[in-house]
This record gives sequence, structure tokens and C-alpha cells, in this order.
Amino acid sequence: MHIADRTSNFDRRTLIVGSGTAVLMASAATLFPGRVLAQSVPTGLADSNSLIRMARDLFPHDRLGDDQYQHAIATIADQLAADASKNQLLRAGAALLDDAARRKYGRPYLAIEHEQDRALVLKTIESSDFFKTLRSGLVTSLYNQQTLWSRFGYEGSSAEKGGYIRRGFDDIDWLPA
Amino acid sequence: MTAKFDLNDDSVVVVVGSGAGGGTLANELAQKGIKVVCLEAGKRYEIADFVNDEWESFGQLAWTDRRTTSGSWRIATDFPELPAWIVKAVGGTTTHWAGASLRFQDHEWKARTTYGDIAGAALLDWPIDAAEMAPWYAAAEFRMGTTGTNGIPRLPGNNNFKVLHAGATKIGYKEVHTGNMSINSQPRDGRGACQQIGFCFQGCKSGAKWSTLYTEIPKGEATGKLEVRAECHVLRIEHDARGRATAAIYVDADGKIQRQRARVVAIAGNSIESPRLLLNSASSLFPHGLANGAGHVGRHYMRHTTGTVWGIFDKPVHMYRGTVMAGIVRDEARHEPSRGYVGGFEMETISLGLPFLAAFMNPGAWGRDFTSALDRYDHMAGLWIVGEDMPQANNRVTLSSEVKDQHGMPVANVHYDDHANDLAMRAHAYKQGEAIYNAVGATRTIVTPPYPSTHNLGTNRMSGRPEDGVVDRWGRSHEVSNLFISDGSQFTTSAAENPTLTIVALALRQAEHLAGLMSRNEV
Ligand SMILES: Cc1cc2nc3c(=O)[nH]c(=O)nc-3n(C[C@H](O)[C@H](O)[C@H](O)COP(=O)(O)OP(=O)(O)OC[C@H]3O[C@@H](n4cnc5c(N)ncnc54)[C@H](O)[C@@H]3O)c2cc1C
Ligand code: SF4
Repeated sequence: MHIADRTSNFDRRTLIVGSGTAVLMASAATLFPGRVLAQSVPTGLADSNSLIRMARDLFPHDRLGDDQYQHAIATIADQLAADASKNQLLRAGAALLDDAARRKYGRPYLAIEHEQDRALVLKTIESSDFFKTLRSGLVTSLYNQQTLWSRFGYEGSSAEKGGYIRRGFDDIDWLPA
Repeated sequence: MTAKFDLNDDSVVVVVGSGAGGGTLANELAQKGIKVVCLEAGKRYEIADFVNDEWESFGQLAWTDRRTTSGSWRIATDFPELPAWIVKAVGGTTTHWAGASLRFQDHEWKARTTYGDIAGAALLDWPIDAAEMAPWYAAAEFRMGTTGTNGIPRLPGNNNFKVLHAGATKIGYKEVHTGNMSINSQPRDGRGACQQIGFCFQGCKSGAKWSTLYTEIPKGEATGKLEVRAECHVLRIEHDARGRATAAIYVDADGKIQRQRARVVAIAGNSIESPRLLLNSASSLFPHGLANGAGHVGRHYMRHTTGTVWGIFDKPVHMYRGTVMAGIVRDEARHEPSRGYVGGFEMETISLGLPFLAAFMNPGAWGRDFTSALDRYDHMAGLWIVGEDMPQANNRVTLSSEVKDQHGMPVANVHYDDHANDLAMRAHAYKQGEAIYNAVGATRTIVTPPYPSTHNLGTNRMSGRPEDGVVDRWGRSHEVSNLFISDGSQFTTSAAENPTLTIVALALRQAEHLAGLMSRNEV
């Protein structure tokens, strides 16, 4: 499967998820003083099928498409663009992942068929800086995409709609009386 | 009308920080005709600048200058550079706060006497009591427009509250309601009623929630006696040869170092920055830090015994709609040692948006088990546990020997080990929270460890005797007679209640005392 350059393949709106992405850091081991520069993404990272697969295996949601995982990785790449060592960590990640997969199952990560088996591979690298950086980056960059909130039933910003005072703040109807 | 005072005007009171403590004190002094310069490290945003987006708002308002952590608390592993979730902006953490405004229970002012000698805990009675605080609480509730007081109706319950209420009453809890919230349930004090927006933690876009940013501060400014200088980060406090505070040294918005002279200095930078500032003000006269002769500055850091319980249900809840924390169960707040611990805890509704829930539900988690819970996001209800934690001498804020901030000052290291009492209380509270949701048919419950601390207390504690603490019954330094502490760091013990109402009540009381001292020329 070939994944085309994400900048031409993507809905531009999904690239700009608000300056909140500048602080995708609270769950990370370090605070990333990053900036969102949709134009200056280091190429490659977000195009790595192994990383996309790994992202989905880390935070599997059947309701999400690969594009959302790919976009989350691109956001992390943006965040880390200024940090050479972190950047290198991610770049070397796909190879590290395949090494781990080969050690456990004798074949590359993408050639492992079942999610449970791939999760066991991930278990073996859980303490690596690469794993930690990708996991902590993803847990913010993935779920911070406004375009996927509605798929979880989260309605996002509400002030401009007048809040929920007339939009169901107390509409629960199944509780025992 | 906003005042503008000269840097060399040594008749002003300098207040460091503009949050619950500082913003209230600054206004109250100004109302009494006293000149105040309030130095605030953060920027000034207004209601229109707030955003209904968790990470974006966090980036806008939260304190993200560096800090370090140590100790056995899980925060040191999960969020090693984010010990606390507090704000750096005009209004301080009252921009983010949820509005829950509870008085201490009477016995909580006397924790040492009530609980006895608890091994490993440095318990102390407050040098003040419930009777003395009652009128100040009343004044604070009136000021903040707290629901359930002063004839102000409570807020209507949202979906998250209704689940809590149904479960809690089913298992026999009696005191269950939408709380005492400093959020307008009806228009009051020039501000409108709550629109159930649901982003109380991100700055209230309707202004229904009390925040010093748009109540105390503009009222103080309107007197012509208060000047708030935003983006002015105080580095240290200077003193004269007699050991009296004389000036605050700060970096202004342009990066220039300034010296504001002062008659009195009141520090209200929240419980991490306030002791840090005193420690960074060490001098030959005060080699261990200003006001630190007894060695208590930075010690006895408390952050409440917290935790969150989520219930997942078959049918939708939409917990995020409406006021975040308008819902409480108070039955467990009492002191009942037969439960296996001293002190008590409150259970209050809480909701997080999807981005924060993912980040905080189980830090470090990944895989199907984790995501299968998030998949049920709109079917979740949540409650937050707030309980009294034990003051311990070694739970403390110290200066980092390695890390410096952007101004070259050593950053704060925050050390915290849970006390056995904290752990026993949390375990019981988790169980009770789960029982509440199971009683109304939860298909799954999840317990979440404490978030980065939102309640930070105790690091300049109030004590009757100078050798036991940092400040006296008025928040006045035992050692430096014109230095006051005006925030939650003066708490002797944490009590089970959310702290802000008490911080505000203490600030109002301190303002009256300080005004008296000044008029009598005793300071
Ligand atoms: C999400 C959230 C929800 C909360 N909900 C509740 C609730 O429902 N009920 C409740 O009682 N409490 C709640 N709290 C806690 C409450 O916000 C705090 O207890 C309260 O604001 C503390 O007041 P303070 O004056 O000590 O400090 P803050 O309000 O934090 O103000 C301190 C100010 O000092 C400034 N400052 C610090 N150092 C310096 C320096 N060196 N120079 C200049 N300025 C400086 C900071 O920038 C800040 O603006 C909540 C907190 C959070 C984060
Ligand atoms: S729910 Fe009410 S208090 Fe909270 S942000 Fe909205 S209007 Fe303000």
C-alpha cells in the first residue's frame, strides 16, 4: 500500500487542530515547547506504515480511520521538529519496531497478523525512549483532533452555542426514579 | 481610574499573585483606601479570550514554567515536570477553578486535638477556630455569591449529578445535592447565570463563575488604589538591616529587572511558588530563606487525598454537559476513625473532555482495555474524591540544585510521599465511589489516580508558636513583621474541603487586620 504525501492527501482543516497542539505535553515525560507548523513537517515519519500500525495498536479504536492515526503522528513530528535527538528517536523507531518483532516472531512488525501478537511485541519495547515518546505524544495528539470527537459522542466547544442550558444538560431519562 | 504607582513609593502594599488569595486581598485593601501594587507573573486574559478547548486553554493559562518532582506519589513518574495544575495569569487559578466552596467542619480547625498523635504526621491545630472564622466565611460566601448561602438557590443538577444522586441515595447517603458553588444560579453582582457550558476548568465564558479576574480585580482597580502589573514575575524579596521587607525585585514584561519598594509585602503565589520565592530570597541575615528561621518554609506540603471514579453505563450520560462540579456527597466528610483512617472526604461530580480523559484516566496506559473505556465516553459518569491528607515534614518544596527557570532562578522541586492514612482513605473512597455507580447499573467502573495537584497547601503553615510554623494567626510572618502570606500555603492542615473559600475568608480577615496595623502605624 502506498500512502501519498499527507499534505496533499489530507483535509487541510485536520492539520490545524488549534494551538492546543502546542502543549501536547502534560502526559509526556518532558514538556515540549513545540509549535504547530503544518508546512514544515519533516517528511517520512507520518508516512511510515509501521508507525501508523503501531499507533493503532497502542490506541485501537475500530471507529477511527488510519488517517487519524497518521495525522496524530504528523503532529508529534511537528512537535519534535526542533528537538534533534527526539526527532532521531522517532526516525529510528520503525527499524527498532521491526527488530523487536523479528526477535519475538521472526518477521517484521507489519507481517504479524493479530493485534494481540503485535501488542506482545510492543510490550517488549515498553521501556524504550522511542515507545514512551510515541505513546505519550499520541495520547494527546490523537485525542486532540476535533474531527474525531463526535465519533466518541463528545461535542466540544459549547459557549458559542449558548452552552447546554437548552441543549440537554439534564436530559438523562433512564435513571430509576 | 487604574492607579499607577512609582517604583520608589514605599508606602504601598505589594501583593505577589492575583489569584484567590492575592486578588481578594488586593481588592479588599484598596477598598479600605490602601495603595496596592499587585505583581502577577502571568498575562492578563479576559473572558473573551477563554477557549472551550482543553489543551488550548491549558496552553493559554496553566503554569508551565519548569518544576521538578520526587517522592513515591505517582505524579513523579507520570508527570515529573507537572506536579501541579495551576494557573499563571491574572486571576490565578480562579480562572480554572470549578467553584466548589465549602466551609471547613468545626473539628478540622483542631486536627491534632481531634485526631491525636498520628505516626509520621506533623499534625497541628490551627491557632484559630470555627467560631472566629464564621463571620469571615459568611463574608466570603456573600462576596463570591456561593449557592446554598445568602438565599442563593443551588444550581440545577446536570446529567452527571443525576447519576451521582441516584446512586448515592440508593446506597443510603443522605447529604447529596448540587453543592455550594461560587457560580451564579441567577444573575448577581453584575454577572449572569450559569449557561451550563461545561468548560468551568477552561475559564468561564459567561462570567457566571466567580474569579478574581473579573470581580475583585476590576473592583479594586475602580477605587484608584490598586495597580495590577501583569507579566511581572517576582524573583526575590529584599529586606533592610533590621530584617524588614523593603522591596520586591521582579522581571517585567520587557524582561527588565525592576525594584518596587514596599511598606508591606504579601505573598500569594500559591503553595509551590510562595515558598520558592521565600527560599530564593535567602540573604546573609536569613541564610535559609526569608521567614525561614524555624526551617518550616516549604515543608508540610499538602495536596488533598484525591482520586477519580468513573462509571460506565449501558445508556448515555453525556457527563460533560453543564457545570463540572455542581454535585456532592458529604456523608463521608466526617471524622470516623472506625473506617480505618482519620479525617474524611467529599465526593464531587467531575467530567473531563475526551482529550483530558485520555491523558489522565490511567497515565501510561495503552491497548484495548484502555481504549474500550474511551469508546464509551458518552456513557460515562465521574466523581472526584477530595479528602484530608496528612501534613508531613518531608513532603516539601525545595529549590532545585540543578534546574533554573528562564530568569535564572532555581526552580521548585515538589516532594510528596503518601501517608498510610492517605492511602487507607483513598482505598475506601474508591470503594464507595464504585458502589455509588454500581447501585445504578454501571457495567464497568474505573479508578483514576490523582491528577497533577489542583489544591496545593501548607508550605508556609500557620502556627501558634513560632517554632512550629512560618506565620501567625493573621498570616503574618513570625520573623519578618511586615511580611504576610495570603494564599493556601498558610494552611495548617488541609481539611477535607476544597480550599478556596477558606483562602478567600482568610484574605478578607487578613485585610482587616493589616489595615488596622497600618492605621495604628504598627507596621
Ligand atoms: C482545574 C481546577 C479546579 C479547581 N476547582 C476548585 C474548586 O472547585 N474549589 C476550590 O476551592 N478550589 C478549586 N481549585 C483550587 C483553587 O483554584 C486554588 O485553591 C486557588 O486558586 C488557590 O489560590 P492562591 O491564591 O493560593 O493561588 P492562585 O489562585 O494559583 O494564584 C497564584 C498567582 O500567583 C502568581 N505567581 C506565582 N508566583 C509568582 C511570582 N513569583 N511573581 C508574580 N506572580 C506569581 C501565579 O501566576 C498565579 O496567578 C481548582 C483548581 C484547578 C486547577
Ligand atoms: S458551566 Fe456555568 S460556570 Fe461552568 S463554565 Fe459554564 S457557565 Fe461557567
